[in-house]
Amino acid sequence: MGIISAAKLAFDYLKLDENGNVESKIRAVDGVDLDIKAGDFIAILGHNGSGKSTLAKHMNAILLPSEGTLYVDGKDTQDESKLWEIRQTAGMVFQNPDNQIIGTIVDEDVGFGPENMGVPQQEIWERVEKSLRSVGMWEYRSHSPNKLSGGQKQRVAIAGVVAMRPKCIVLDEPTAMLDPNGRKEVIRTVHELNRTEHVTVILITHYMEEVIDADKVFVMDAGKIVMQGTPHEVFGRVEELKSYRLDVPQATLVAHQLREKGFDLRPDILSNEELVEELQKYRAAHGKQRIEETKTCQSE
Amino acid sequence: MLREITLGQYYPTDSVIHKLDPRVKLAGTLVFIISLFAFGSIEAYVVATIFLAAVIMISKVPFRFMIKGLKAIIMLLMITVIFNLFLVQGTVVFKFWIFQITREGIKTAVSMAIRLIYLIIGSSVMTLTTTPNDLTDGLEKALSPLKKLHVPIHEIAMMMSIALRFIPILLEETDKIMKAQQARGADFESGNLLQKAKNMVPLLVPLFISAFRRANDLAMAMEARGYHGGEGRTKMRPLVYKSRDKAGYLILLGYFAVMFAVNRFSVLESLLFGALGW
Repeated sequence: MGIISAAKLAFDYLKLDENGNVESKIRAVDGVDLDIKAGDFIAILGHNGSGKSTLAKHMNAILLPSEGTLYVDGKDTQDESKLWEIRQTAGMVFQNPDNQIIGTIVDEDVGFGPENMGVPQQEIWERVEKSLRSVGMWEYRSHSPNKLSGGQKQRVAIAGVVAMRPKCIVLDEPTAMLDPNGRKEVIRTVHELNRTEHVTVILITHYMEEVIDADKVFVMDAGKIVMQGTPHEVFGRVEELKSYRLDVPQATLVAHQLREKGFDLRPDILSNEELVEELQKYRAAHGKQRIEETKTCQSE
Repeated sequence: MLREITLGQYYPTDSVIHKLDPRVKLAGTLVFIISLFAFGSIEAYVVATIFLAAVIMISKVPFRFMIKGLKAIIMLLMITVIFNLFLVQGTVVFKFWIFQITREGIKTAVSMAIRLIYLIIGSSVMTLTTTPNDLTDGLEKALSPLKKLHVPIHEIAMMMSIALRFIPILLEETDKIMKAQQARGADFESGNLLQKAKNMVPLLVPLFISAFRRANDLAMAMEARGYHGGEGRTKMRPLVYKSRDKAGYLILLGYFAVMFAVNRFSVLESLLFGALGW
C-alpha cells in the first residue's frame, strides 16, 4: 500500500431543506481507486466539476468519504483519533493565496502549522527558516503577505505546509489564480521539493503544461478516474482527452495533427524540444522535400 | 479614500517601541487614554503632548502615518467641537444673533478636540508599532486569567487577529468592486445622504458574499494546517518581559504620577482666562 490509497471512494454533496432533511444528492466522487507511491510526483487532471478538488480534500481528511475508504500513510481518514496525524502527514495548499495565509508577517504564517502541532519554540524557528529557504522566500520573512505577488504568496503557503514536515503535499489548483510567471515559480518550487526533500506531491490542475514532468497522471471526469499512466501514455491519446474537455500541450497537438495528415511521428510528444527533435529525425529520414510540406502544413 | 484607515496597518521599522512587549504598549495606550480623560488642565495636556511626541519620535514612524487615522473621525470631531462650543451653558463670552459662546463651552470644545485627536494618535502609535498578531498575543496573555471564568480568550484573540489581517484585503476588494460598478455606470458620489446609502447596496452585497467565501476558505486552510483551538499550541514568539519592558512600565507610572501632580496644582487655566478677561 502506498502513501495514499483509496478503495471505491465515493462522496456525495447533500442538499438539505429547511428541516435538515436530505433533499438531493450530488455524487462528486464516484468509486475512485487510487494507489500513490511515496516520493512520486502525481498530477490529477480534470475539467471543472470533475470531482478533482473534492478528491483532494479527502486526502487531508477535510471531507470524509460517503462510501469506501481512504488511507493516508496507513491511517484511515475516518478514524477521528488520527485526524491531526493525517493532517500533518498530508499538507494541503489551496487555490486562493489570500484566503490561506493566516499570519500578518511571512514568518508568522509559516510558523502557524508548527505552532498548532505544539512544536517547541526553538524548533519552530529552525523549521520556518528551512522551509522558507526551500521555497526561496527567506529574504521576504519579515514582509507583509499583502505586499507579495501571487506566486510569492503561494510559495509562502507552500512553505507553511512544508514547515509541518509532511510526507505528502496536496496542491489543489495552486496556480489557477496566478499569472504565467507566478505559475512557473510555483511549479518549479514544487518540483524542487519533490526532488530534494522526496516529498510526495499531488498536483491538481487543469493546465496541461504543469503535468508534463509528473511521474504519473490521473484524469478525472464526472467523479471517476478515466485515464491513468505516465504523461507520455496519457497525452498520446489526444482524442480521448478531448472527449473529457481537456486540452493537450501545444507540441502534442501539433504532432497529433501532423500525424493525422500522414506524418509518421512518435505519438507521445509532450514538449517543444521533443517535437523539434522528432521533426529533425523525420527530415533526416525523409529528405528535405517533406519538411517543406510540413512547413506549409503548419502555416495553413 | 478607503486606504486612509491606518488601523491594523503595521509600519515595519526598527525601534525600541517596536520591540516593547505588546502588553506594555497596551497598558501604555490605556494609561494614556485614561490620563487624557481624567485630567483636564492645560498643564496636563502639555505633559501629554510632550509624552506623545517623545513616543512618536522614538518609534521612528513618520508623523503623517499617525494623522492618517484622523481623517476618518474628522466629521465626528467637527460635530463634537461645534456642539460643545455653542450648546454648553455658562458664562457668556461672545454673543452673536442666537448663538452664544461660553467660557465653559470653549473649554470643553478644546479639551474634547484634544482628547479625541490624542486618542486616535495614541492608538495609532500602538497599531503602527505592533504587528496585529503581537497585539492579539498581548491581549490574549493579559486577559488569560479570564479563561478560568470560561471566557474564550484564545478564540477571541484569534478572531481579532484574523479580522485585522483581512481589513486591508477587504478594503482592496471594496475598491475593486466600486471601480467595477463605476465602470458600468454606478454612482457613489452624488445625491443626498439617503441616496448615497442606497447606492452602497450594490457594493455591500458582493462584498459580503465574498467575505463569507473567504471566511469559509480560511477556516478550511486553518483546519488543514492542524488548527484545533488554543489547547496544546506553542508560540513562535512567546511573550516574556525583558528589562526594557520593566523600564517601560516604570516610565508609564512616572508619566501618570506627573500628570496627576500637574493637574492637582494647575494654575495656567485661571491665568489664561484671567489674561483674556473672560
